[in-house]
Formats: sequence, structure tokens, C-alpha cells
Amino acid sequence: MTPEELHDVGQKHREQDAKTPHHVRVCMAAGCMSQKSDEIKKTLEKAIKEKGASDPCKVKCVGCMGLCSAGPLVRVDTEGQDSVMYQNVTVDDSSEIVQSISDGKPVERLVCDTNVPFFAKQQKIVLENVGEIDPDSLEDYISVGGYSALGKALAEMSPAEVRSEVEASGLRGRGGAGFPTGLKWGMMARNESETKYIICNADEGDPGAFMDRAVLESDPHRILEGMALAAYATGANHGYVYIRAEYPLAIKRLKNAIRLAARAGLLGHHISGTRFSFQIEIRLGAGAFVCGEETALIASIEGKRGQPKPRPPFPAQSGLWGKPTCINNVETLANIAPIVNKGGAWFASIGTEKSKGTKVFALAGKINNTGLIEVPMGITLREIVFDIGGGIPDGLSFKAVQTGGPSGGCLPDRHLDMAVDYDNLRDAGSIMGSGGMIIMDEESNMVDVARFFMEFCMSESCGKCIPCRVGTYQMHNLLDRIAEGQGTHEDLALLEELCITVACTSLCGLGQTAPNPVLSTLRYFRNEYLDLIGEQHIPAFVGQEASQ
Amino acid sequence: MSTQPHIITLTIDGRELSATVDDSILTIARQHKIDIPTLCFLEGLSTWGACRLCLVEIEGTPKLLSACTTKCVENMVVKTDTERLKQHRKMIIELLFAERNHICSVCVSNGACELQSLAQECGVDHVSVPYRYPSLQLDSSHDLFRLDNNRCILCTRCVRVCDEIEGAHTWDVAGRGIDAHVLTDLNTLWGDSESCTSCGKCVQVCPTGALVQKGTAVAEMHKQREFLPYLTKMRRNHP
Repeated sequence: MTPEELHDVGQKHREQDAKTPHHVRVCMAAGCMSQKSDEIKKTLEKAIKEKGASDPCKVKCVGCMGLCSAGPLVRVDTEGQDSVMYQNVTVDDSSEIVQSISDGKPVERLVCDTNVPFFAKQQKIVLENVGEIDPDSLEDYISVGGYSALGKALAEMSPAEVRSEVEASGLRGRGGAGFPTGLKWGMMARNESETKYIICNADEGDPGAFMDRAVLESDPHRILEGMALAAYATGANHGYVYIRAEYPLAIKRLKNAIRLAARAGLLGHHISGTRFSFQIEIRLGAGAFVCGEETALIASIEGKRGQPKPRPPFPAQSGLWGKPTCINNVETLANIAPIVNKGGAWFASIGTEKSKGTKVFALAGKINNTGLIEVPMGITLREIVFDIGGGIPDGLSFKAVQTGGPSGGCLPDRHLDMAVDYDNLRDAGSIMGSGGMIIMDEESNMVDVARFFMEFCMSESCGKCIPCRVGTYQMHNLLDRIAEGQGTHEDLALLEELCITVACTSLCGLGQTAPNPVLSTLRYFRNEYLDLIGEQHIPAFVGQEASQ
Repeated sequence: MSTQPHIITLTIDGRELSATVDDSILTIARQHKIDIPTLCFLEGLSTWGACRLCLVEIEGTPKLLSACTTKCVENMVVKTDTERLKQHRKMIIELLFAERNHICSVCVSNGACELQSLAQECGVDHVSVPYRYPSLQLDSSHDLFRLDNNRCILCTRCVRVCDEIEGAHTWDVAGRGIDAHVLTDLNTLWGDSESCTSCGKCVQVCPTGALVQKGTAVAEMHKQREFLPYLTKMRRNHP
């Protein structure tokens, strides 16, 4: 499709939509689907049909609306009026909602107030279409400006210009490490090869993280467009989406999106009549967390055992099947189309000095509003936890926030006023990670938290390198003993020594960061470890050795 | 077609040495008799980078890098023997000893074991991490050889030599993390393996007493590795 054709399709679709004064959007992402939002959609449609409403009314399947804790969510959009969001909707509420549309009066008992910080404080770039459009409709995506960035890049920009916009935007990889995306693309572009690969890393596996899933389920074309732009900018001609098999709905929608985009000529040979060709295939991950690591992911796509290789050589030099390969995270790729459309300077105007743009977080744990949020970089943890998240339930007090999953750390209340960006989080002993945020209240036991994450790393270690394979086992064993009240001061000293060796000597990021939850809880909650050890547990031989 | 290799200069442990950009730090260090401990590395097989014993410090790089996989770069300053590295190496060897059941006094490779001699070289005189004492299997089904999982350190030399030199790919790794282990074919007994050619290369490259010839008594198993440099050289000359 040429930019003109895209414009026409969008225009036509918008006109078509405008003929329907009422739109009922039902969240059909995994969270609400698990509470039967698909049946709600059916009963809504049935109720509308039975009622034969005077005004045309359309029920639309959309992606995640964010406030998962109040799901299933349904939103009624009436032309010229404020939207009404309903929370905790059940199948039985359908006819009442349909009745309210013709009455013009919302169903008060179900209304979810959207004039609260949870909605008001967010700033949406990645999630701008999420919860708005039908993920299974290409026209819907085009009608909100979808694929216009690809059209613009192909028609007006050289690959180098696309790269320089991304570089100017200051976008950093959203997978965890925060490597500048523009730099990565530049490295890839410099390596000449007839075949180059773009891989979208959708192997989201941090406990409590569901950002990428929501984007893939709600706005799959955004990722395809981002990949196509990345391919154009770096000279790649083939793409893979490496997605975990545990995300069946995301896979289904992504497959459908690839099919629709290819049929419309937005993927495949000679896109928009240019010389640029790019196809995308899906590869399913078989449930290994380590396959989120770039080199292990590549091995997995090649059909090999999913274990990492030492870098250098970096994938940009020698990646998939020895060809230059660029691997970007889902959220990173979702940022590309807006950057190309609005310019790198626009993106760089949001956020802090070294961390630009917004970040999507998945709020989970002991917090009132669990769900998906997108906030500008530089927002404080306090705003996230207490304003957007609505604070801690049951009148309990805040104890810590865990960011970065098993590679991250736990930050106590003294860091609540810290501006959230890559560097501040790292300095405080945690990491940005992919965006999972688990909130803990005063009843949480921090040694238990450390043990939980160590158990995760131990069972997800591939077993290739010794420090990670045996070190995580030993650390888990020590944490187990301490948590059960059988630990000694010697155990604690050994634990700390192991943390350093495993962090410094492990082959890949999994092992290198596995000690972080232990190190950060030792840094901020050391007393909890000491309380569990107590004085009486000093074994006799330590005393003997000391006296010698 | 082939161009003159690009010669560069780097410093290893205070000595200025020359190398090509295709040389690894380990190759150059060994050429100049600078000893860097290794376990998974074996000249003639692909590099694996998994034992982490050959980690070195490189000026300007915060991370420790494995000498076997890292190529030489102009003006690189490498340190192979700092106190920090020694501590890490000791701990890694201790972790290995505690992982499975390494009891030298009853091992056929006693006195000719790379793990054992490395422990001595690195000054490991006790193991500070708790022993796991896992219950592991022996596979004596093969006519000539035996696998003792108690003594395996998962260096994958057997996997690589079988795949890269013999071309049989009988060995591979199954399971993950602490449960990872080597196996033959699709988890059949070694003696029932259809792909195994009984060439014995895996036995000869194994650094410990995990893969041994049957009929050897304690301390009698001496491995013969001459075939590997010979074969690699011949194959390089006649690709």
C-alpha cells in the first residue's frame, strides 16, 4: 500500500465508524478474557440485537484497558459525550448496559471513575492504541495512523535518516539493559551482508510482568510496523518474532496480524512498490527463561539447545546463522513508529536527561490498582505506588518495591521519591528491567523474597557455566537455611561471597544478575537476615578456629 | 584471497606481545608460557566459554571476559593473575567439587585428572560450600568404556569431539541447571547407542574420570590426546 492508499483506507474506515454513534469496547486481553469477557461481548451483542435499538450500536473487541484489577472492563463511547467505563462487568449486566445506552444514563453501580490518578497521570505512547482498536482489524490500526510511519520512511526517508531519528530520540532498549537502540541499529547497519535479521524478543518471562503480552494482544500491528522500520533502517530482510508459547492469545493475534499485513502488501516483497522486502515469521519459545538472553534466543531459533554464548562476537556482528542480527524488545519496537512519525526530538523531550520517553510497567503485588500503566521516565516511585497504584490495601504500610524481576532488586521507602530512570534504579541497587513492578507490604518477608527469586534463577539456569549452575543452587540452599531459621553467620558470609563470584563470573545476564535480589535485600533489609540467624546459631568450630 | 594477517600489540601481565586479530587471548598467552587455567577449552575443539576459569581482567572493561573466546585487540591490556581472579577461580573449583561426587582416592583418573591438578594449582585446600552428594548413575553398558556421572563436570568436550571430529554426535546435554547431564543418543544406554562408533575420542578428551576405559584400576587411566592436534592439522591442510 502506498501512503495515499493507506490514507484512503483510514479515511474510509473512520467514515464508516462515524455512522455508528455508540461503540461498546470490551477488553479482550488475557486478564479480562480469563473472567469471561468474550461471553460478555456475546451477550452484549445479543442484547443489542434483541432490543433493536433505535441508534446503531457496535460492540468492539479491544485490547487491555489497563486497570486489570477491576476487570472485566467495558467502555461505552458515544459521539459527542464523555466515555463511560464500567468495571467488574458480568454477563448479567449486559442488558442493563444496553438499556443505559438508549436511556442516555450510565449504570451507576458499575461505573469506574476514570478521573483518578490511575488514568490521569499516565502518558501513552506505546499503549496509545491499546484498548482503543480491535487487534484483529488492520483497518482499525490504519484508521488511527497505523503504518503511516512505514509509508513515510519508505517514501521520504533514507535508512540512515530513520536511524538518526531513532538515535536522536535517545530511546534505550526496553528489555532490561537499556542499551541505546540507535547505537545498536548503527552497529547492525555497518555490517555488510546480503542477509540480515531483525528479531523481536517477546519471550517475556519475569515473574509478575505482562507488558509485552498486553501490547502483543492489543496492538500487534504496532510491533510489525516497528520491525519493518527496524529492518529498513538496518538493511535487514527477514524478521522473527520469538514469543513464548505460554501466550496463546498473543500468538493468535500476531499470526492474524502478519497474515493481514502480508495480504495488504505491508509485509513481503517490494513493500509499497519500493525495493524494500521484509517478511516476518513466528518462533515459539518452549518455556526457558534464559532464551530471553540474546545469544540463547538465537540458539533456540536455530533449533539448538537454548543456552547462551559468550559475547563478543555480538549478534550485530555474527548472530542468527552467523548473519548480522538485531534483537529488540517488544516495547522498544512499539516506540519506533511514533518516533518516525513525530521525530526523535519530540520523543527526547519526554523523560529525564539520560532516559527518554515513557515506560510501561506491570503493577502487581500488594497494591490496590494492579494493572498496566505507562508513565513518563522520571516519575517518582511514590507517584507510581500511591497515586497511580492507589497505595497499599488493607491499611498496611509500604515496605518495598521490586523492579526488574529476578535480575532486579528491592527498594525500600527511602527511595520512594527517586525519579525512575535507568541510571537511578541501577545506582540504588536494582534495574529498570522489562517493567515488572511488584509492591510489598509490611508483612512481606524479604529473605523469602530473595529465596523466591533465587529459586527462579536456579530452576531457569541452563546449566552451561559453572557459577550459575552450581552457584545459584548453593545460594538457594543457603537462603533456604537462613529463611528456616537454621542459618549461621558463616552461611551469610558464604552467601555474600557466592553473590560476588556468581555476579562477576557467570557467562550470561541470567547468572550475572541472579544475586541482585539477595544483594539488594542484604543492603536494605540486612536486619531481617540477622534476626533469622540470631546469636545462638554460631557453631562450635567457628569459636575454636577463632581462638586458635 | 588470503591477505596478510593484521598484526597488533597487546599487553598481558605486563609483557608486550604481538598477535593477529584472529587470535584469542588464551592462544597468545599460552604461546608465551603465560598460564591461564582452563577446563572446558581443548585445542582442536570449538571454544565453549563455559568453565569461566580462564576469565581475565581487561583494562577499560568492567566485566571479566573469558580468554578462550575473547579476541586480541590493539593496545589491549590484560591481567590474568590478579587476587580477584584467583579468588573467583578457587570458588568456581570449589563449586565443582561440591556439585557431584569427586572422590579422588577411588578414581581411575587419580593423578591424571585436570580438575584435580587445577585444584592444586589454584591452591584449593578445602571446599567451603556444602557438598551436594547427589545420587547419580553409572553407565557401563558399552563394551569398552564407562560413563560415571559422579565425576562429570559438564565441560562438553565429549559432546564437541563426537560432533566436530568424529561426526557421530552421539553425546549431548539434557536437562537444565543443576540437573543438566550428558547422555548418548536419545537417552539410550551407551551400549545400545546406534550412532556411537566406539572410537573412544570422548574418553580421551574427558578431563576427569567421568569417561574412562573399562578395566582400568585406580590411578591407571591416562588419557591419550595426540590424535586431536594431529587430526586438526591434517584437516586444516586438506579441507
